[in-house]
Amino acid sequence: MSADFRTCPTTGLKVHAQADRLIKANAVVGVVALLIGGIAALLLLLTRWQVVHLLPADWFYRLLTVHGMNMLIFFILFFEMAILYFASAVLLNSRVAAPRLAWFSFWLMVAGALVVEWTMFTGRADVLFTSYVPLRATPWFYLGVILFAVGALLVVAIFFATLIVAKKERTYTGSIPLVTFGAATAAIIAVITLGHGAAIYIPTFLWSLGIGNVDAQIYRLVWWGLGHSSQQINVAAMVAVWYLLGALTVGSVVINEKISRIAFTLYVLFISMAAAHHLLVDPGLPPTWKVWNTSYAMYLAVLASMIHGFTVPAGIELGQRLRGYTKGLFEWLRRAPWGDPGFSALIFSIIIFGFVGGITGVTFGTEQINIIAHNTLRVPGHFHATVVAGTTLAFMGLTYYVIPLIFRKKVAFWPLARIQPYLFAAGMLIFSVAMTFAGTFGVPRRHYDISFAQAPFDFQFSPAVDLVMTAMAIGGLLAITGGAIYIAITVWSVFFGKPLEAEVKA
Amino acid sequence: MHTGIQSPQGVWWKPVRGGEKLWVGIAFAWCLVLFAMMPLWHLRGGQNPSGIRSKVDPQAFMARTQEFIRTYQVGTENGIPVVEPPPGSDIYLMGMMWSWQPVLRLRKGAQYTLHLSSFDVNHGFSLLPFNINFQVVPGYDYGLRITPTEAGDFRIVCNEFCGIGHHLMIGRVIVVDESEPAAAGASSGAAIGGGNL
Ligand code: HEM
Ligand SMILES: [Cu+2]
Ligand SMILES: [Cu+2]
Repeated sequence: MSADFRTCPTTGLKVHAQADRLIKANAVVGVVALLIGGIAALLLLLTRWQVVHLLPADWFYRLLTVHGMNMLIFFILFFEMAILYFASAVLLNSRVAAPRLAWFSFWLMVAGALVVEWTMFTGRADVLFTSYVPLRATPWFYLGVILFAVGALLVVAIFFATLIVAKKERTYTGSIPLVTFGAATAAIIAVITLGHGAAIYIPTFLWSLGIGNVDAQIYRLVWWGLGHSSQQINVAAMVAVWYLLGALTVGSVVINEKISRIAFTLYVLFISMAAAHHLLVDPGLPPTWKVWNTSYAMYLAVLASMIHGFTVPAGIELGQRLRGYTKGLFEWLRRAPWGDPGFSALIFSIIIFGFVGGITGVTFGTEQINIIAHNTLRVPGHFHATVVAGTTLAFMGLTYYVIPLIFRKKVAFWPLARIQPYLFAAGMLIFSVAMTFAGTFGVPRRHYDISFAQAPFDFQFSPAVDLVMTAMAIGGLLAITGGAIYIAITVWSVFFGKPLEAEVKA
Repeated sequence: MHTGIQSPQGVWWKPVRGGEKLWVGIAFAWCLVLFAMMPLWHLRGGQNPSGIRSKVDPQAFMARTQEFIRTYQVGTENGIPVVEPPPGSDIYLMGMMWSWQPVLRLRKGAQYTLHLSSFDVNHGFSLLPFNINFQVVPGYDYGLRITPTEAGDFRIVCNEFCGIGHHLMIGRVIVVDESEPAAAGASSGAAIGGGNL
């Protein structure tokens, strides 16, 4: 039994060999998805930038589907599965409950993802990742999504089982760490999310086979129960990673466990209402429903983010002060490890998520502003600030610790790693803000040709749009460079990196 | 003091201290302000997405739109009928792969009830250059009370992905001044539809 564990020389944690392997496998597949989605991003960017207008129309929409699925679903979720294993087994010194089932779920997710990739790349599912009925994809597409989701649900079950095992086997004393608690809220939200997923994808799968019917409005309602709740998984996971990175980079402390945990709990309680802000200008729903649900019943999920936005930086400050950086008001900030990509990624993730993503999101969650934002580029402008500059950047920062701590390899190309978060954050900031501005002129999202060259009527956007679309291209290219560096570093370190010294076997 | 990756020992349900307490208070107050704004703006704002909601069979909506076109057609443009309905009437705009039917000629300052729906898949109604956006869902009639406040030549761009021709789907709305005479051939039949309110 004990031979299955190693002791981490940095943290002193006992790491189960199966946890090690599961984390590695999920992280590697996640990065592969990021690579596919990233290549698609480059091609999409160069198409929306009308000066280049690279792709033909069919491939634009096809790769838009590919980008959405690979980034938002496959990359993010595989990475989150790795985080669940880390937050349960590793942080609690425990074994993974049911490792065989864990591997089965992993391969189920891979199989589901491969089926989906195949349907997308062969043009059998040009429906974008939202797949609004009655747009129809091949049944295999929905089936692939269902397989992937079942796999993810099993991993969530294993996560909870591991928490129970750790408690029973007394692998830790006291309460579970805050990061594990945060991961647990993400896991609970995942159950809610996947419930909505089953409720919509199973009928849609049957409908694609010709059995039964799916109402277009009900589809949008239930689908966004999945689509938005899954964003709250990302938020909860990202905030857990903020606390984790704070701890790893500067030993930041938890100011008050109660407040941070209540804030995480608010995410769980108010999440299923989130579908509403996607449906503010939909015909099928009454205004009272829209007002109550979009505000998450009094903005309590927003409150949660505002609390974390305070406690995480405050914890960093206190951590730094405890390490001796006590001069004046800001020595703790000036003398922070800005050359540590884990730290810089953490800070940019907090800032861009909060100020750009949060503010844009809350504003167009109102009826009147939604009328001028719905389905314009403001929407992707918003979520590239949340799920990309926020979640993805935090995950990138974490990777610089996963490589030495889990893969036991030295991070390759260190000088590049030091600047990678700066490039990615700056690029994403420009990209998101430019998209947001383009959207205020009414530039549509998911649109192949805003010069309307072949359309029956012409339309000319304000000349300012050319300018912001160019800014969007420059920001996007910068971010893609940052993303490419990240992938190069990760792949090289993992497969060809210098191993760290052999460690103590427990 | 411990980090987020260490297990807190003993009781962690402790009172909140000064700065943090203040922040939670400010944040919560701010959330309540935002929350109050939602219904307030709904009641006081001039532009709401509520509309008149009803279900409609796509075939039936198609029939209503065709009836509407037959009654008020004044011309054709790029193969799309142009209609000029009388002020105060129910007007119909149908999205279908990949056009908006019909082209509307409206009168500045007049009130209409605009019925939006789709014959096939989801479409996105985006009135440009105003930038006013609504989701168009098959099976649902979105009735919006509108009053054009500016004369001019406007476009309706589809901003929900609706298949390979999505970017070709652009329609037209013309708003003429009150003083301008009605287009030749405009019949003055009574308003139709409206039975779905
Ligand atoms: C490297 C940086 C990235 C660039 C330059 C980029 C670029 C783009 C572009 C140009 C679009 C199309 C916008 C439109 O026409 O509506 C898009 C859509 C999207 N992106 Fe990204 N992206 C990047 C990274 C990511 C990441 C990391 C994620 C998720 C984790 C992501 C999620 C999405 C989603 C969900 C869509 C919407 C797809 C749809 O409308 O169906 N992107 N992105
Ligand atoms: Cu359309
Ligand atoms: Cu369209």
